Parts: sequence; structure tokens; C-alpha cells
Amino acid sequence: MKLLIKSGRVIDPTQHLDKVLDVFIEDGVIKDIMANIEMDNVQKIDAQGKIVCPGLIDVHVHLREPGFEYKETIETGLKAAVAGGFTAVCCMANTNPVNDNQEVTRYILKKAQEVNLARIYPIGAVSKGLEGKELASIGELKEAGVVALSDDGNPIYDSGFLRRAMEYAKCFELPIISHAEDKKMSPDGVMNEGKISTKLGLPGIPKASEEIMVFRDIKLAELTGWHIHIAHVSTAGAVDLIREAKRRGIRVTAETCPHYFSLTEEAVEGFNTNAKVSPPLRTRNDVEAIKQGLKDGTIDLIATDHAPHHPLEKETTFEDAPSGIIGLETSLPISLRLVEEGVLSWSELIDKMSCAPARIFGLLAGSLEPGKVADITIIDPDITYQIDPSQFFSKGRNCPFAGWGVKGRAVIAIVGGKIVYQFEKIRTS
Amino acid sequence: MKEGFDKHHLLGIEKLSASEILFIIKTAEAMKEISYRKIKKVPTLRGKTVITFFYEPSTRTRTSFEIAAKRLSADTINISASTSSLVKGESLLDTAKNLQAMQPDVLVIRHPHAGAPHFLAKHIKAAVINAGDGMHEHPTQALLDAMSIMEKKGDIKGLEIAIIGDIAHSRVARSDILLFTKLGARVRIAGPLTLIPPYAETLGAKVCGCIEEALEGTDVVIALRVQRERLKQVLFPDLREYAIRFGLNKKRLSLTKRGAILMHPGPVNWGVELDPEIMDMDRTIILDQVTNGVAVRMAVLALVTG
Repeated sequence: MKLLIKSGRVIDPTQHLDKVLDVFIEDGVIKDIMANIEMDNVQKIDAQGKIVCPGLIDVHVHLREPGFEYKETIETGLKAAVAGGFTAVCCMANTNPVNDNQEVTRYILKKAQEVNLARIYPIGAVSKGLEGKELASIGELKEAGVVALSDDGNPIYDSGFLRRAMEYAKCFELPIISHAEDKKMSPDGVMNEGKISTKLGLPGIPKASEEIMVFRDIKLAELTGWHIHIAHVSTAGAVDLIREAKRRGIRVTAETCPHYFSLTEEAVEGFNTNAKVSPPLRTRNDVEAIKQGLKDGTIDLIATDHAPHHPLEKETTFEDAPSGIIGLETSLPISLRLVEEGVLSWSELIDKMSCAPARIFGLLAGSLEPGKVADITIIDPDITYQIDPSQFFSKGRNCPFAGWGVKGRAVIAIVGGKIVYQFEKIRTS
Repeated sequence: MKEGFDKHHLLGIEKLSASEILFIIKTAEAMKEISYRKIKKVPTLRGKTVITFFYEPSTRTRTSFEIAAKRLSADTINISASTSSLVKGESLLDTAKNLQAMQPDVLVIRHPHAGAPHFLAKHIKAAVINAGDGMHEHPTQALLDAMSIMEKKGDIKGLEIAIIGDIAHSRVARSDILLFTKLGARVRIAGPLTLIPPYAETLGAKVCGCIEEALEGTDVVIALRVQRERLKQVLFPDLREYAIRFGLNKKRLSLTKRGAILMHPGPVNWGVELDPEIMDMDRTIILDQVTNGVAVRMAVLALVTG
């Protein structure tokens, strides 16, 4: 099986590459990157005018299977992933049953293998049943194939418990991903506490509820010497805390999501349940701080926190609607706005959406170096269109970007040298 | 200024103009007289169906709407959370669709969640009247408050109005502040800081540091109910302390302008937010508010179906 990608603008931050080159793939592996590779009897992709980069990786998705197949399945989730340009995803443990033991991990991996689209890297639970009381079977989870641990959705309140979990996880070299939010500060909270929550009469969630937990997590990373990854950073204060921790050499990494650098609490106006998310959308000031954090490297990567719900679940009052925004099919075009605005270069964006996720979680791919697995995303940077959730592969329609005019999309996704997604208007010969 | 009211729903004060507010009140003033006739009925809404749908307990507001609808000859049906399919787990969307399928003309809704009437308005053809949604708005209460003030003070413009108590959880406070400021009054709010919402000044009111400051020289004082369920939260120590520190009594009210009036949206916790010694003072117009409530609701029912 040979594949030749011709004349694309190849961007690979791991090799400091950004120029027009050809990429030759054989047996699922990148063989060669150079100008003008001529070859017969190979499948060719004309990538002129396109970006060729290491396959995008989303380290924070909820695929809902097992347990909530009416919201999303591994199949629909992975279809959405490749259509969004993602060649690998890490799926969170809050399924039913919870991914706190090897049986669930193996089930997820088996399903993903049957679907055979994007790679899947399960994330195991830190605690049994996500209850924050007893450790999940961490050694067994590692052996079954999890790449990190997280009780995402359920913050771990007991600092003593999290400390022990981090020490134990360190033995197995599994980073812990923290949903940093002290929900006890505002048990009824449904949106950012501020002017809009006061106007709408909706219970607010102060920024401090995130920052208190980020600070605690940083202290535990310092105490245990182990790696904590802060999920979905939403506030300026959290960015500052992480920046300072990194400066002091503490093992902390961080992600944010497209909605935290493109939307504010104002999106909730009119009781828009598609703008309900945890942590909540914040203010203009936070959006700017998050962009700055991405630019200066405080925030290592962009993940989506893809959280599909059944459309009917969002068709209710704001307070009753579940939290979550889908992101797999909008992350790239929304994130490309950062390049358009000059916040990130193309190379920096690709680092945050591919190389950094691979580096931080020890995943295959994330690089086009010869010898690496051929997971590649080809992006048309010029195509303009309107975001239309009715066309999504995901079962979720909970997208606050519906109707946005955007520029750029993934047109081909290649996993292990095989084309797994091809945008309808793109042809290969 | 354009006269009239051509909105299909009444979801809140926020989207109303000053002229629409005044038109509703003017209509209510005309309606008020009907309640004093020997035969308290006019045919305005004959053949119309009004459903009152209360997801929260209410005596005053529900009864007020029902009486208003009946005095206009509408057929009224009352549904409460405990008698509805909600207890069977029916969603708000399904409930709305099913009610709509029976072709009502007006749906009056009270719901513990902000925005519930707005949600229903998107899904049904009947006119939706917000009778209180969570901590968001209670427009007919604000309208009847304004009507009651205008009866005593003539004009709202230029008045100093103090709202005292649990502003944070009060839909009445939000609608009142919006309405009074639209009509040119200045509104001050005060209460324990735990009961003042963040960025309260963005509502258009001045936040006062203490009750006395808020009362000084005001024309109108509106006391809000202390909701006992708030005692479960850490908002104030106990009712006794609240009554002493934040309750209104003759002494505190003496700080107001001569002839200032005292209002309360009810139900009152006598001995907590209001000292019983002020129950029968001339300036206490709590029951006039209730009377005007019927007139305002008659006006609103007539206007949304008109």
C-alpha cells in the first residue's frame, strides 16, 4: 500500500518544516518527505494549495459508549472525528459503566477497532465509579491501554485522595487530567457569575471556583512530583496560575477548548442551552487571557471536550439542560480563527492540535518524521462555508457555532497510511 | 410616542418600551372599575381559553389571573405541577405541545426556571404570559406595582424608590427595577450582601451599603419576602437577626420622605421583613397592590389576545 501526497504545504513543527513538499507513505509509515518525488503505480493525492500536517489529535472527547448510545456512539463519534480532521481521540471515562476497569477499556478498544477510522485512546477513571472515594484499578487499566486518568465531570474534592491517586498513577506513568471546579461554591450554578447571570436571573458560577481547584492541583503536582493536566481552562486567573507554576518547573500542562477562546457568557442570552457548558463560558477578558496563554505556551494544547447530548435534552429550560458543547466537527475552523487573527502561526496551531497532544500523552503520531505512523490531516485553508450542525456526523446538535461563517476545513484524514475520510469535493487519482 | 401594545406574549419587562408599559397601565385603570360593578363580568374574552400553568405554589398570582380571566368571560383551566403529567416525568416541551394541541388562546405560566416562558413561547402558538420565571422576571407584578405607585404619586418619573431585602433571588426586584427605571425613577437596593446579586448596578439600580442609606428621603419603599427555604443556604444567620438588622419598622421608615408609601409583593412574613406595627399604617398599600393585580392581569389578558 503506497500513497503519495503531492505538492502540499507540509507543516510539521517537530521537524521545523513549513514548505511545499511531497510526502511518500508506504505500509502505513511515512517513508520520505522531499520535493518532487516522482513515482508510478501509487495512489496520489494532489495537495496543491492545501496544508499537509500531522494528524490532529483531540485528547478530550466524550463518545458516550457504553451507556449513552442515544447521545453518541463510538462509530458516530469517530466519524465526526475524522470529518473534523482528527486522526486520534482520547475518550473520557464517564460512560456507563464507568471506564474504571479493563473490561470497559477493552470494550471501547474493540468497538473502535471495528469502526476502524480514527485511533482511540481511552482515558481511565481515577476513582471507582467516579466517586472520588476508592482508586480505580489503575494498573489493570494501564495494561488494557488507557493513556491517562480522569474523573472528568466530577471534580475530586478530597485533596488527600487526589494526592495518593497521583502518587499511585506515577508508578504507571499515567498523567491525571483534572476537571478543576469547586462545584460546592455554587451548587445550582449554570453559567458564569456576572452581569449576564444577574440580568437573566440564572444562578452563577464564579471564576474562583475554577481557580481554587487549579491552585490546589498545582500544589499537589508540586508535592507529588507528578504530572497533572488541567482540562478546559476557562478563566484568566487559571491561566496566570498555570503560567506561574510552569515558570517554577512544576509538572503541569493545560488545555483549553475552542468555545473558551471564541465565545463569552453573552452567548447564553436568550437562554441558549447550546451555550451551556461546564466550566461555563466566561468574559471578554478571559477570552483574551486564554488567547495570550495559547500564544505564550502556558496553554499547551487545544482539545474540544466534545460532549454530545440528544437534541431533545437541550430542548428545555437553561437550568434543566445538560452541560456540553460538541466540538469535533468545528474545532479546526474555529481554531483557525486564531491564525487569521495572528494569535498563533500555522505551525503553532498544528503543534497545539497534534504534536503537543502526542508529546504530552505519549501517543503515536503527532509528527511526520520518516519512520512515524502515517497519521496525516490535509486541510483546505481557503474554503469558506457556514457551520451547519444538521450536516454533522456526530449525533449531537449542541453546537453554539451554528450559522457562523468560517474558513478552512479538513479535506482528507489519513490513519496508518489509509485514507479514512475524504471531503466530498476532493478527488484522488 | 406610539400608543398601544401589539406583542403576542408578555415574557418580561425587559423588552417593553415605556409607552407600552404606560398603555398597559392605562388599560388596567379602565379595567379596574369592572371589579366594583354589581355584575363583575364583561364579554371581552368570551370564547377564549386561558390556561394557568403553575409549576410553583402560588395563591395570589394564580387566583388573580383566574379572577381576571373570568371577569373577562374567558374559560379558565388551572394546572399545577402536582396535578399535571410532570409528576409522570413529562418534559416541558411535550407538555407545551400537548397543551397547544388543545388550542388554548393564552397560557399563563409560572416556573422555577428562568426562561421557561420564553422557551414555551418558541414552541406554542398561544399567547404566553410570564407569571414568574425563576429568579428572572415577574412582569405583571411590576406592572401592578407601577399602577399602585401611580395611583398614590401620580407619576413615576423622578421618584426615589427603595427595594429592600433578597434582591438576588427576586424576580420581582428585577422586573421592578427594569420598569421603574424605564419610566424615569431612580431605584436603590439594599439588603445583606449575600442577597445582593453580583454586578447588581448593571440592573440599573444603586446599591446602598445599608438599609438606612437606601431609605433616606425615598418616596416609595418595597420590601421583599424573605424566603424561608434560603435559610438552608448560608445567606444570613436566622430570621431573628434578619428582622433586627434588615427588617422594616416605624423607626426605619421615618427616614423616608413624608408621605412615602410602603409596598410588598406578598406573601409577607410579618415579624421578619416587616414589623407588624406597620401593618395598618395609611402608607402601607399592600392590599391595594392585590386589587390592582386583578386589573393589570385583565388588561394584559385582553391585550395579548386583542
